[in-house]
Amino acid sequence: MSETIDHGKRHFLSIATAVTGIAGAGFAVVPFLSSLKPSARARALGAPVEVPLASLEPGEMIRVVWRGRLVFILRRTEEMLRRLAGVTEFLRDPDSLNEESQPNYAVNEHRSLNPEFLVVEGSCTHLGCAPLPQFEVTPSTDWYGGFFCPCHGSKFDLSGRVYKGVPAPTNLKVPPYSFTQSNVITIGIDSGTV
Amino acid sequence: MTSEQKKQIEPRSKFIAWIDERFPYTEMMKEHITEYYASKNFNFWYVFGVLAMVVLVIQLFTGIFLTMNYKPSATEAFSSVEYIMRDVEWGWLIRYMHSTGASFFFIVVYLHMFRAMLYGSYKKPRELIWIIGMLIFIVLMAEAFAGYLLPWGQMSYWGAQVIISIFGAIPFVGEALVEIIRGDYSISDITLNRFFALHVIALPLALIALIFVHILALHEVGSNNPDGIEIKNYKDKDGIPIDGVAFHPYHTSKDLVAIIVFLMVFSAAMFFAPEMGGYFLEHANFEKANPMATPEHIVSAWYFTPYYAILRAIPDKLLGAILFGIAVIIPLFLPWLDRSKVKSIRYRGWIYKFFLAIFVISFISLGVLGVLPAEGIYVTMARFFTILYFAFFVLMPYYTVIDKTKPVPDRVT
Repeated sequence: MSETIDHGKRHFLSIATAVTGIAGAGFAVVPFLSSLKPSARARALGAPVEVPLASLEPGEMIRVVWRGRLVFILRRTEEMLRRLAGVTEFLRDPDSLNEESQPNYAVNEHRSLNPEFLVVEGSCTHLGCAPLPQFEVTPSTDWYGGFFCPCHGSKFDLSGRVYKGVPAPTNLKVPPYSFTQSNVITIGIDSGTV
Repeated sequence: MTSEQKKQIEPRSKFIAWIDERFPYTEMMKEHITEYYASKNFNFWYVFGVLAMVVLVIQLFTGIFLTMNYKPSATEAFSSVEYIMRDVEWGWLIRYMHSTGASFFFIVVYLHMFRAMLYGSYKKPRELIWIIGMLIFIVLMAEAFAGYLLPWGQMSYWGAQVIISIFGAIPFVGEALVEIIRGDYSISDITLNRFFALHVIALPLALIALIFVHILALHEVGSNNPDGIEIKNYKDKDGIPIDGVAFHPYHTSKDLVAIIVFLMVFSAAMFFAPEMGGYFLEHANFEKANPMATPEHIVSAWYFTPYYAILRAIPDKLLGAILFGIAVIIPLFLPWLDRSKVKSIRYRGWIYKFFLAIFVISFISLGVLGVLPAEGIYVTMARFFTILYFAFFVLMPYYTVIDKTKPVPDRVT
């Protein structure tokens, strides 16, 4: 055996051991991180929900829960729909150009499949509080009806479109949904058709 | 060495000698307790470190007893807290100790941090003590936040909703990160369960480890003092700082007085005002979490309100989240922002004192504004004080240089 120490070899072996160890630790991290993601049960509970709309009067709104999230279903009156065009100048994204805020079939002024029924997540796009429905018009404060978030003062119109100058960055999110029968709405599944 | 001196160094008994051969007991006691020399001119600002330790012990101890009756599930959490309050013998006391302790933890820690700012304790050679201390503060915030969800009241739920959503503002990874924090598509039983794990195991362990390192680093460089002078510069022939006195029995006996006064105040709060008018325990939290309805008025726990006010003052989600984060972290850089030649406020000029006053006023004002609704004049004021808060830190490299300092004496006064 040689008396001299081969430092180059020792250095190489140290680095090789460290790299192997780090790679192993990296692989070991995967199951722990993955366990933090929504579990199979949590995903299964995210199944679509069916909501019958027959008893919903014009101007009335109901709250349902889908994937643990609050969803508003508002049956708009003719008068409410007329108001939508009047507020566009105050809105940040009146034409729903942000693709992540809604499925394609809700890219329109009324942001819905059927103009009458508005379906939006009741979660403010700022920090997730539930906005309050305030449908009465108060011209003195330039309020044409819509949703108001009590937490940080964000405002949305009757299509869930966000006003300018408020902390919420985007329009209220429209979940995927479809009409399974003429008066039953299924939240969580879209038929892919308009 | 005379025989008398030798006697003092020798262990007190055969039992201790037996221990010392196997574990450095006597050596450790000397290094950290009986022969740790800290300046003789400490004032009342120097009791808050010890008091923070006292509160930590209260929290750990009461926490263990609370977990014996608490159930970390969305269906049972709220009622198990009511069960502790009503049916468990003395359960109300243990729970109030824990909830009052949480608020007092922040009172004591804020004062402890302010002491460091008064006397420049973060400056060289104590930068690491300060950084570790800031990490302790951040872990403490996480610990308090996780604990706040556990009673599963309305404010627990919606407070968590708002704070977790802040992470959603991070570009690209935000939404995925929020999902990993919650473990679900909304705050649910799963979220509660994992926050419980963090609150009772992960974060307390991190806290204790960091406090251990904090004290080790402190004992390596030695404590600062109100004059900001290194007492190690003047030692007697035995190598003991002339202006230092042993931690035990001299500082401990002074600390004992502070602990007694502190416990009197603590007990007064706990027995006569455990809810503290809705600040220690918020009224909305006496109602079970309801994912369908946000309370009219969401306020964070009082000890987060200065940062919360900054978050609300910014009318932009991402920028608000960024400034919120920076506001919490920016004191970490104090050792390098402060370019002054002197440590203690005693020898600083009027400019630093002026800016420190601005910092105190803006921090307290933001705290008050964070409780008030975010509308009208309050938002404008919050923006104004947000600017002042950041001005204290950002302008520090300039005003600490031009500030006219007084000559620092060699020995403590």
